[in-house]
Amino acid sequence: MTTLQRKSVSPIAHLSVEDIEAIGRELDALRDEFLASRGERDAKYIRRVVSVQRHLELGSRAVLLFSLFPPAWLLGTAGLTVAKILENMEIGHNVLHGQWDWMRDPKIHSTTWEWDNAAPSEHWKRAHNELHHVYTNVVGKDHDLGFTIMRVDEGQRWRPLYLGQPLWNFISACFHEYAFAVYDMELARNLRSRKRRRSPEFKARLKQLLRKIGKQVLKDYGLHPALSALTGSWLTTIAANATANLIRNLWSHSLIMCGHFPKGVETFERTSIDGETRGEWYLRQMLGSANIDGNRLMHIMSGNTSHQIEHHLFPDLPSNRYQEIAPRVRDLFERYGLNYVSGPFLKQVASAWAKVFRLSLPNRGAAKIAADAPRPAAGRKQPATRWQRPGTDSASTDLGPRVRVRAGA
Amino acid sequence: MTVTRTLRSGAWRVVELLTTPLAPADYLDTVAPLRNAGVLRARIVAVRPETADSVTLMLRPGRGWRPHEPGQYVRLGVDVDGVRLWRAYSVTCAPGQLSVTVNAVRDGVVSNHLIRNARPGMILHLDNPAGDFTLGLPRPERALFVTAGSGITPVMGMLRSALHELGDVVVVHSAPERDAVVFGAELRGIAADGRIRLIERHTRADGRITPAELAELVPDLFERQAWACGPNEMLDELGVYWAEAGAMELLHVERFRPAVVAAGDGGKVTFARSCSVVDAAGDVPILEAGEAAGVLMPSGCRMGICFGCVLPMTEGAVRDLRDGSITTAVEGDNVLVQTCISAAAGRCLLDV
Repeated sequence: MTTLQRKSVSPIAHLSVEDIEAIGRELDALRDEFLASRGERDAKYIRRVVSVQRHLELGSRAVLLFSLFPPAWLLGTAGLTVAKILENMEIGHNVLHGQWDWMRDPKIHSTTWEWDNAAPSEHWKRAHNELHHVYTNVVGKDHDLGFTIMRVDEGQRWRPLYLGQPLWNFISACFHEYAFAVYDMELARNLRSRKRRRSPEFKARLKQLLRKIGKQVLKDYGLHPALSALTGSWLTTIAANATANLIRNLWSHSLIMCGHFPKGVETFERTSIDGETRGEWYLRQMLGSANIDGNRLMHIMSGNTSHQIEHHLFPDLPSNRYQEIAPRVRDLFERYGLNYVSGPFLKQVASAWAKVFRLSLPNRGAAKIAADAPRPAAGRKQPATRWQRPGTDSASTDLGPRVRVRAGA
Repeated sequence: MTVTRTLRSGAWRVVELLTTPLAPADYLDTVAPLRNAGVLRARIVAVRPETADSVTLMLRPGRGWRPHEPGQYVRLGVDVDGVRLWRAYSVTCAPGQLSVTVNAVRDGVVSNHLIRNARPGMILHLDNPAGDFTLGLPRPERALFVTAGSGITPVMGMLRSALHELGDVVVVHSAPERDAVVFGAELRGIAADGRIRLIERHTRADGRITPAELAELVPDLFERQAWACGPNEMLDELGVYWAEAGAMELLHVERFRPAVVAAGDGGKVTFARSCSVVDAAGDVPILEAGEAAGVLMPSGCRMGICFGCVLPMTEGAVRDLRDGSITTAVEGDNVLVQTCISAAAGRCLLDV
């Protein structure tokens, strides 16, 4: 794909500056409506999910004490896999987004939650909530796009190293939790200079990460197998825990690919977001995300990131509400003539992988022409005003007309 | 002894590593919420109506509970429509048990919720008892209690647990009418037994009691230790009266309601730990106001989605710049606010 700014035919050429701000206002109103309706029903939902997850995890670990017996291994491994996925997706990811902070329950709060994952919550929150959600699909800024080691856009210069990117991507899928943990450390930036390597902040973060990984590994591959040793099941328990972690890793990696890589999802130039307004930010989220079609089970197991578009528009809306808000969002897409990207899981995964393979090779054909086109002129550097609602304050008037988001040359 | 203790703490450490990143208590909580000594909770064991708009909740506190002193209050954390709200209630029973009496406050979210929905078996969150509105030692020879409305609750706690230690007791209690007197039957009963002198004032018929009237009814009031609890106006009047007589050390006062938080445009923001105070405009995020003052503010996306800037507000009011909604905190609260999209709406105190 080519960044939206360099496409010969822009999918948003038909929108005026006023249209974009009107979209922003509509989405703000929708957000207000849903946030105001949060209540006991939602609180009950998340507490039930937490309770089910904990019972499932305890039960599965108990069954795995006898994992020498093959049916017990299968049952325990399946249960533990589901428990880990629930913990990471529907609970961890969403709690760390602050979706449940409104309940003011310190036990289910973004500032206190620690999840069953190699990356410490604190590191992940910064990388995910701040970088990925703010700079969604901005090439070079959003590192969820390829972890900086992959070529994710025709606009990036091809290098021979990228020939191996299908393999890199598969390896990073298998060890996804570690890949994420390392990427949250921003190693490329922090290891570059001696000064950064030695900064106390970096050292403290590294120590925090190693301690977290140490505890996670000790739990899954040391202590629980040790308990199983009583029945001679220590090796099978190690295998079970490794399998659960592997499937969880492959699953969450696939979900991320489905969220932003499939065909039809737009990417954006780095300079296109200077001085971005709230309406423009919303529009970028709409064009830069893709949903997964599926049933209720699919939505829960994906932590409702199957509603990636809705999640990116309203990252702090409780996850059980995305399903309800989706038809309203879809209606907005239709009214403004925008492409609501959504497809079944396997199709989206295949589409994302196809892109990984395609971009491992140099540009050809139309993509080459588009990629070689001159970059759009950088806009004036302006502080972003994304938090500010249009028309609520005088500030929106002195920003001048925005044209940068329109089709490029 | 030391060996068993070491063994036990070692074993506990292993259990903690088995449940990491959660704590063992997180799993226990799903089955035995009262066992967690780290998070104090209580189960409602009985709900007893007192008047048309008040109920007494008999509570069984979980592990970690410290017995109260008569007259003290506890803070109860109640989930109302999914949101945990904390309110203080005077303990109305003798130490060794725990009961509170909830009186309906007009438009009061928590009091009305409890009166309508409290059922045996419900779990509430709890804080250990606090407050210095207590009888003290040695017990006074002669005591006067001046109360109005729900102001009787802490005094009831004192009477139920320590009446036998007090000599001459006068209770002057005001309520709109006879049926609205909380604990009316019990008070009249102990008065009939001659253990207290009870003066009931029904304000709907007779109006509010003035200090001068009080002095007529209780001529020796300045020879008594006095405890007063009720509406702020009443307490203010009594304070002036006792001060003019130079008897302030005899008067103990308990207020239920703090001064009203002024939710205006902008205000003074105090960053408690860094000891700086800024005058923040009503349209500037507190995050920016703090940063401009050199405070080390945590920050993140600066647009209200990443929650990297969340700070506890212990007092004050802020306005959400996105929708104009107001969030308030009163003394003792710890409301987490997103500083990047919240502006001061009155003075506020942040714990950073």
